[in-house]
Amino acid sequence: MIEVGTVLPEQIFFIDRAMLKNYADASGDQNPIHQNEEFAVSVGLPNVIAHGMLTMALVGKYVSDFAGGAGQVLEFGARFTKPVIVAAGEKVDLTVSATVSEIVDGKISLTLSATSAGVKVLGMAKAVVQK
Amino acid sequence: MLNPDSVGRTFAGTDVITISQSEIDAFCAVIGESDTTIAPPTFSIRITLSQYESILTQPEIGLDWSRLVHGDQKFEIIEPIKAGDALTCAATIENYRVAAGNEIVTVRSDLHRGADLVISSWSTLVVRA
Repeated sequence: MIEVGTVLPEQIFFIDRAMLKNYADASGDQNPIHQNEEFAVSVGLPNVIAHGMLTMALVGKYVSDFAGGAGQVLEFGARFTKPVIVAAGEKVDLTVSATVSEIVDGKISLTLSATSAGVKVLGMAKAVVQK
Repeated sequence: MLNPDSVGRTFAGTDVITISQSEIDAFCAVIGESDTTIAPPTFSIRITLSQYESILTQPEIGLDWSRLVHGDQKFEIIEPIKAGDALTCAATIENYRVAAGNEIVTVRSDLHRGADLVISSWSTLVVRA
């Protein structure tokens, strides 16, 4: 039973450098801060960081799975608050969960949470779906 | 700096963009989506960001793409994208302000298939000081 306040099961995605390369190719965003450690450090970042839109794409997968398919997702938005830091040779977590915040005319609003290494990486993350 | 005269204006994208199945397949593969019959909810960023770059960096608008950070992103999906869709993009500069030397631009992208609006999205782009 889905009702306002229902907490959806947590899901953990793992992000590594290979995924960043694949996402760069799939999205067309070849910004070197997502692939080249030397460059990332030279512009003041702690290490290579994941594309904010990759983080959002993975959370979008979580939302699609809940909704019963990508075609059920009506609205989806988020603010990029902190980067997901991806060191060489490591797999870092993206831990996603959600709470049902509103149900109107069969449309379900979700308030989403996304953290990596315990740090909140998306703010104001929300989606509206129809199941 | 962004030309303030461009705020509130809508700019047409340069080309009709036809979506291939292999583009959708590649995006789905990264996120582990097994249903490749429609594009995932954030797929349209592939089109929108490159359209923004070509539109907003034109000399008369003047955004500096090299110092850009993505602040936030929102999608309203009227109809999911599918392979074979021929889409046009219009970008509207909805808001612009400067805070602590950073330029903060809100841009809306409307993707149309023929006359039909399929996805609207909003991006806040920050050009770091």
